[in-house]
Formats: sequence, structure tokens, C-alpha cells
Amino acid sequence: MVRSNTRKRLHQVAIYSLFGIVALYTLFPFYWMIASSLKSGQAIFDVTFFPDLKFNNYAAILSDGVFLRSLLNSLIVAFSVVALSLVLAIAAAYALGRIDFRGRSPIMLLVLAVSMFPQIALLSGLFEMIRWLGLYNTVGSLIFAYMIFTLPFNIWVLTTFMRDLPKQIEEAAIMDGCSPLRIVRCIFLPMMGPALISTGLLAFIASWNEFMFALTFILTDENRTVPVAIALISGSSRYEFPYGAIMAASTIVTVPLVILALIFQKHIVSGLTAGAVKG
Amino acid sequence: MVSGVLMKSLGLRQARARTAWWFLAPSLLVLTAVALWPLGRTFVFSFTDALLTEPDFYSYIGFDNYRALFEDPLWWQSVRNTLYFTVISVSIETVLGLTIALLLNSHIAGRGAMRAIILIPWSIPVVVSARMWQWMLHDQFGIVNHVLKMAGFIDSGIAWTANASLVMPVIIAVDVWITTPFMVLLILAGLQMLPRGIYEVAAIDGVPAWKQFTSLTLPLLAPSIAVAVLFRLLDALRMFDLSFVLSSNSDDTKTVSIYAREVLVNFQDMGVGSAASTAVFLMIAVVTAIYVTVFRLNRRLLGV
Repeated sequence: MVRSNTRKRLHQVAIYSLFGIVALYTLFPFYWMIASSLKSGQAIFDVTFFPDLKFNNYAAILSDGVFLRSLLNSLIVAFSVVALSLVLAIAAAYALGRIDFRGRSPIMLLVLAVSMFPQIALLSGLFEMIRWLGLYNTVGSLIFAYMIFTLPFNIWVLTTFMRDLPKQIEEAAIMDGCSPLRIVRCIFLPMMGPALISTGLLAFIASWNEFMFALTFILTDENRTVPVAIALISGSSRYEFPYGAIMAASTIVTVPLVILALIFQKHIVSGLTAGAVKG
Repeated sequence: MVSGVLMKSLGLRQARARTAWWFLAPSLLVLTAVALWPLGRTFVFSFTDALLTEPDFYSYIGFDNYRALFEDPLWWQSVRNTLYFTVISVSIETVLGLTIALLLNSHIAGRGAMRAIILIPWSIPVVVSARMWQWMLHDQFGIVNHVLKMAGFIDSGIAWTANASLVMPVIIAVDVWITTPFMVLLILAGLQMLPRGIYEVAAIDGVPAWKQFTSLTLPLLAPSIAVAVLFRLLDALRMFDLSFVLSSNSDDTKTVSIYAREVLVNFQDMGVGSAASTAVFLMIAVVTAIYVTVFRLNRRLLGV
């Protein structure tokens, strides 16, 4: 009896120390980023674990019009992508999830295939398309291009969600002759809250973080998004690298995402697994 | 009377099918414009001498671009780099992800908080993670070298991202930090779908814990792991940001995506750039097809 108790203790101690190691490994880089951003001037080059809480780096980066502009651009892009991809995907998911018609399976296959396209495989063709649409070097080019990874995923997840709702819920409405638009708006939308939060959040995170298209389709500083802005901050030489400013900018960009991740943890996880496991 | 009902339901069916196409039309239009058409155009460009500055004027030159691509040793190095990065990083992430998922699956307090914590590295921009690690690994002022020096392992700072033999392991390590959470969450979801009952039976029968793991958990979990690995594979094969930020000019970490974009944008060579893009597409398609066939994932993915 005593022996099994000590064993249980040991087991718990082992698990909690593993928890501790994983948490330290995961969180220390963030701590270091924030601590470094709060050291001013030369202090950043001294390795001290507790910062002196100077906000010079933040003042510098926030008075930099270009960085503020890229923050605004990122917000515009991310919110537009979320709105557009959700509206399109809700309509498509209604068709694919609730209506039995010929061509349904090939389209589901197509959506799945497109979600697996590597972005680089489209780059030159997309370049031509974006120029042809007159979107080159505008945030519009990114809103358009980001449909490639948000739309198929959203359609897929929302279709699975809608398909699993019971059949009866819309039968009466169909018999009453309600228009499909009305059915989607009044019957399905109110039930789709959790699925919309999941897909919307994942679309937001993906657009906020995207780098390659943002680097390629935007030419001038005032139209850039934050990942590119942060990647392009550089000093006049390797020894003048403005790490303080970079860490401050990185912290500003990261904080909203961390807050979102912590508040909506369950939704994000269920969105991720709905896309991968349920299929 | 009967035929009237039948007629009505047939008409309803047709109307419903028409509705379906109307509802799908906007999405199909967008997907065509953003994915299918550009994919086809990239393929066409790969047989032309088009330049990025003047994409409207070009002539067809057959397989010349592919010949140029396949004769470029740098292309083959990028292919090797990409495959090496993919195999090593996805393997480590799978083993580590499985371990942490099993840990989080135990019923003790604090696992909710842990789940939230591990979500953070995955949710922030790769560029930010790259910058963060770049600073921690700085040869003179980085905390990693500082700690190693204090512990007496090294005398002078290591140039982690400038040393040709270290930079790839560094990139893999950072990628492990970024994407292990994704693995953990997917495997954890798989773990939570496992039937409880069999473990109770196994425990009553006195089956030892490690045996429960190898003959119950692992086989039952295999499909979830296989799908998670597929998603990671697709992601790792097109890796771009991490190498670009951590070691932008190094040939030792150039991936196929970086190679293709460099030819296209920096050298303005739309022909060879498109040939490289098409090669990447085919490479990923082949790897995916082999993987899906080997692990018989088609049923699971399509739900048919």
C-alpha cells in the first residue's frame, strides 16, 4: 500500500517535471523576445534575465510610419480574407453538405486537391493574373491570393459541419417554399457559430502570418504586411542589427495572436482537427 | 395522384440541383482564378522564354527550361536540402509530438493550461519565430552561446547560422519548436477518440502498461498519426519562410521553393522559374500519392 503510494507520487513528480520542461522550452523564447524588447540601447547586448523595462524600442517602432502602415495593411488583409472566404464557403458548404446533386463528389475532390497545392507551383501564373486584374502592389493582391489556402479549407470544414446536422431541420422550410438564401440565413447560420469561429480564426491566423506571397506581390514599403516588414528590418551592417526594434515589432505582432490562441484555444484545436481528422 | 407527387419531387430535385450550382458558382470562380488557371499558366510558361518584366511577349522553346533546370547543380542541392529537411524534421516532430500528446492525455490538473501554452509557437508568424531564434542564437550576444559559455561547454561563441554544417540542424531545430504543437494537437485528438473500454479490460487482464501502448494505443492511433504526418509533409516540402529569414543567401539551406522564387523574381526568368515550380508541384504530388497509397489514407481522407 505504502509502496504503491510512493510510486504514484514519483509518477506525478515525473509528469509535472516533464510538463515544466515542455513549458520552459515552449515559453522561454517568448520571454526572451519580450525581455529583449524592453532593454534600451546597448543594454540589449548584456545578457541579463530581468529587463529594465525601458520602452524606447516601442516608441521608436510605433513612431515609424512604415511599421504602423504595415500593421494596418495586415489588419485589412486578414479581416477581408476572413469575411470573403467565410461568405463564399458558407454558400458552397450549403450546396455540398445539404444538397444531393450530380457532381458533388468531383467537386469535393477538387477542393481537397486545391488545398494541397504548394503555393510556389502557382507563383508565375498568379503573378500574371494579379497583374491582369490590376492588383499588383496592392493589399487586394493578397486578399485575392490568400483565397487559395483559406477557401478550400473553409469549404471542407463547413461542409462536414453542415452534413452532420439532422435532415429534418430544413425539410419544413423547403416544403413551405422558403428560398435557399433564407434557409441558409435563418436556419443554418445561427447553428454554425462554433464552426464559423474555428474557420474564421484559422483563416485570420494564416493570413496574418503569410510571407511568400506578401513578399512577392507587394513592391513598396507602404503596402507591405507585418511579416515582410519584420523580415526586412535590417541595420547598415551585421553589427548594427536593430534587434531591439525587431523584438519590439515582433512582440506587437505576436500579442494579439497569443490572446486569440488563449481565448479561443478550443475552437482553434477543433478547427485544426476537423480539417485533418474528420475529413 | 402518385405521378403528380413524383413529378413534384423530381422538379424539386432539379430545382435543388440548380440551387447547388448557383451557391457553388462564386467559390468555383474564385478557385479557378486563384488556383487552377495560375497552375495551368505556370505549366505553359515553363515551356516559354517569358521574362517577368514582360510576360506578354514570349515564344515556345520546348523543354529547354527543364534542361537548364536539371543541369543546374544548385537545383539538385535545393532538392536534397528540401528532402533532408522534410524527413528529419517531420520524424523528430512526430516522435516528440506523440510523446507530448501521451503526456497531455494523462488525467491530471494543468493539462488544459499546457494545451494552451503549446498552441502559441504554432500560432505566431514563422518570420517572428525565425527572428526570435536568430537573436537567441546570435554568435556574440545570443543567450544560447552565453549559457553554453557559462556552463563551460564552449570558450567562444558559435556562429550558429553562419556555419555551413550547423545552419541546417539549426533550421530543423527551430522548425521542431514551431510545428511540434501541431503534431501534439492532432495526435491528442486521435488519442481522445480511442475507446476507453479496452484499456479497462486490458488493465483487468493485467496487461503491462508498455504492452498496452505497443499493441493497443499505437495500432489504433496509427491512422491519426498518418494523417498528421501527411499534413506536415505537405508543409515541410514547400518550406520557405524559415530558411529565407534565418539564412537567406546560404546554398546549404536553399529549399526548392526558395530556388524557384529566386529564379522567377530575382533573375526575372519566368521560363526556368515556372519549370522549377512545376517540378516542385510534381515532386509533392508524387510524394503525396505514394504516401496516401502506402498508408491507405484515401478512404479516411475522402470519407467515401
